Amino acid sequence: MVRSVSVDLNNDASLVIDIPDALCERDKVKFTIHIKTTLSSFQKSEFSVPRQHEDFIWLHDTIVETEEYAGLIIPPAPPKPDFEGPREKMHKLGEGESSMTKEEYAKMKQELEAEYLAVFKKTVQVHEVFLQRLSSHPMFRKDRNFQIFLEYDQDLTVRRKNAKEMFGGFFKNMVKSADEVLISGVKEVDEFFEQEKIFLLDYSSKIKDATAKAEKMTRSHKNVADDYNHISGAMNSIAADNNTAFKKHLEKCAEVFEKLRKLEDRVASDQELKLTELLRYYTRDIQAAKDLLYRRARALADYENSNKTLDKARLKGKDIAQAEENQKQCLRKFDKLSESGKKELTSFKARRVVAFRKNLIEMTELEIKHAKNSMSLLQGSIEILNSN
Amino acid sequence: MSEEREPPPLPGAAQTVFPEPQDAEDLFVSAASAMESPEAACLSAEDISPSSNGPRDDDPDDLFAEATEEVSLDSPERQPILSDGPSPAITPVTPVMISPRVDVFDRSPDQDEDEEENRDTFDIQISVSDPEKVGDGMNAYMVYKVTTKTSLSIFSRDEVCVKRRFSDFLGLYSKLASKYMHMGYIVPPAPEKSIVGMTKVKVGKEDLSSVEFVEKRRSALERYLLRTVKHPALLKDPDVLQFLESSELPRAVSTQALSGAGILRMVNKAADAVNKMTIKMNESDAWFEEKQQQFENLDVQLRKLHASVESLVCHRKELSVNTASFAKSAAMLGNSEDHTALSRALSQLAEVEEKIDQLHQDQSYADFYLISELLGDYVRLITAVKGVFDQRMKAWAKWQDAQVMLQRKREAEAKLQYANKPDKLQQATDEIREEIEEWEGKVQQGERDFEQISKNIRREVGRFEKDRVKDFRVVIIKYLESLVHTQQQLIKYWEAFLPEAKAIA
Repeated sequence: MVRSVSVDLNNDASLVIDIPDALCERDKVKFTIHIKTTLSSFQKSEFSVPRQHEDFIWLHDTIVETEEYAGLIIPPAPPKPDFEGPREKMHKLGEGESSMTKEEYAKMKQELEAEYLAVFKKTVQVHEVFLQRLSSHPMFRKDRNFQIFLEYDQDLTVRRKNAKEMFGGFFKNMVKSADEVLISGVKEVDEFFEQEKIFLLDYSSKIKDATAKAEKMTRSHKNVADDYNHISGAMNSIAADNNTAFKKHLEKCAEVFEKLRKLEDRVASDQELKLTELLRYYTRDIQAAKDLLYRRARALADYENSNKTLDKARLKGKDIAQAEENQKQCLRKFDKLSESGKKELTSFKARRVVAFRKNLIEMTELEIKHAKNSMSLLQGSIEILNSN
Repeated sequence: MSEEREPPPLPGAAQTVFPEPQDAEDLFVSAASAMESPEAACLSAEDISPSSNGPRDDDPDDLFAEATEEVSLDSPERQPILSDGPSPAITPVTPVMISPRVDVFDRSPDQDEDEEENRDTFDIQISVSDPEKVGDGMNAYMVYKVTTKTSLSIFSRDEVCVKRRFSDFLGLYSKLASKYMHMGYIVPPAPEKSIVGMTKVKVGKEDLSSVEFVEKRRSALERYLLRTVKHPALLKDPDVLQFLESSELPRAVSTQALSGAGILRMVNKAADAVNKMTIKMNESDAWFEEKQQQFENLDVQLRKLHASVESLVCHRKELSVNTASFAKSAAMLGNSEDHTALSRALSQLAEVEEKIDQLHQDQSYADFYLISELLGDYVRLITAVKGVFDQRMKAWAKWQDAQVMLQRKREAEAKLQYANKPDKLQQATDEIREEIEEWEGKVQQGERDFEQISKNIRREVGRFEKDRVKDFRVVIIKYLESLVHTQQQLIKYWEAFLPEAKAIA
């Protein structure tokens, strides 16, 4: 079963990609990409290759720069793995080891491992989905650089440096701000694109907001879990000083809070994985769709300019053939973008709906599961405490 | 495409592969079997004094029979609370039922046999309710209705309603403390003053925070009274009876922070602190040394626990606010979504999250009123307990001082033998004889007082520990039950949403 925020993207057996594990070395994360394929374009039918996050970025950027893909929604680049939280915790653990009791140390270590696991899950998921979007797309899967990414059995670092990604990146970011103006400014003749434009512009800001609010909500859950942790510790301290009967009672209470903490943590991280990550991903994907609209709008502007140039040329009686050729090209490009853009945006909607459905169902099922477990725990504990 | 993933080993650590996080069920699979056979809740014998001759109300050493009334620098209104004439504008405060009306004090009759008085002590119910604002602006104050229902004979009626204001409660505490603390009784402290909280109410802010403040105070006053009457000696005290029954109460002014009496109290406290430092008591009784240390520790630990719970209350409130905020955002997203079924599902999600945010808010009130406030009460109670130990030290010091004085007088008497003024000798000898007798008496009294206070403290501490354990047990169950309720609701809400999510097509 594929854990992805997108649709089950591995349903085409001719090229199946997953990331079975990853290694964290200092600042770098090394993902192990596992490929199974029946395509003759690949040398082997099953193989693995290690890649760094930067390699993914390189691949994404080369695809963005490829003119041929201007009419496609480019799968959003995976964000950089952020192990800052666990790393900080690990540091604290190392520093405070001498001043902590054995129990406190073990508990902190457990928390650290859980947090690390959560970050790990998130980053693997998002890198995996990126590759799977490419492999399941009829055009991207044939991309030369994609093949190099999958097959090249050496470090890609040298290749990356040779690319003009630095300048390309700068250019990319520079025009982004002109996006919205251009898209909303262009006069749309096609009803489909008009609707899409209105929808995407509005949806984009709403989903960004929803992502931020979901993040805050998750953080609050984590804070509550943290508090249960401290309460448990404080109860244990009091228990240590008490006479026998009450001591047992307090220790049991401390244990309950510790378990509540674990459950609350799970609720928080599952909510993050299913809800917040979903929203984060589609915020990026919506941006990719908007980029497509932008490219088409630019092509339309180019076409309109070419018309003006042609008119001027006809007026002056000079360079008419050249202007005619230019105009034909612009029109062709615009038509091509419109045609593929329409297909892409339609399948995008389908993809989005399926992904939301899947994740909302999974999130709900997990919430129910955790709530039932909490209730079990609490009721069991109440019984034990009452019988004392 | 395996479900099992090997998470990367921690950087620098050995190649330890930690397993996938266990299903939550595994976390407490042994919960039911973990506890060994429950032991009988027995208290060590030393904590309970076997015989209880009750405290004497007519203690001859009671130098502070009545709190003196002084002119206050405060408001000119000195009318008694209930006057028949036109009363100043009364603004009833909408009693928002914020706190779960939790009955922290178990009304079940006490099962222990050691204290005879307990048999019918608990047949008394006190409630503090109906806060009303009297007056306007900075001279305004809150008035609370105090209702006492009882079958005890010391009360003149079986149901009484009176109106009291906050300073009346403070006045009551002040009187009880001055009467009983030096005898070693643990007098429950009254709730703290709050200038900020009260100012908001006075100024007339009808917002949620001032409503919450009034409710918090009402609840605290109720707990204060219940704790006070739970004490067998205090229950019979005439000031307590007057407080609960009398329709008119002389205004307690010694509680004014800026008044002369207030300053006097501050000075006394400072003197006490200095005295404590110079008294080096020879503790012959290990029990006291041990107990004092225990209470020092408990003080620190309770404060820490209290702080953690306060943090929980705060974060739970934040969770509620953030969930509400997310709900709104999800609703907007649902509106924007152009796929009909998904749009509807998102709107449903928004509704679920809205219900959940209310759930979190209710839970935060439970966090607060059930646990946080109780812990706060106990932190203050521990201070009272520590105070009582200090009183014992003072009693010891007084006894020692008396012994020193007696010794001096005896030495003076001996010296007189060698005086050369025969005509004055008889007079001086008589005088010194008188003084010696006086100081002998004081020494005996000092010893008796010291033993009495020691005995009282043992009994008081025993009672305190018993109550503490009982309170905690009751409260923790109630709290866990509130958590159960929250989880039950969560299950309900999410189970209702699941078909909506599945209906997205």
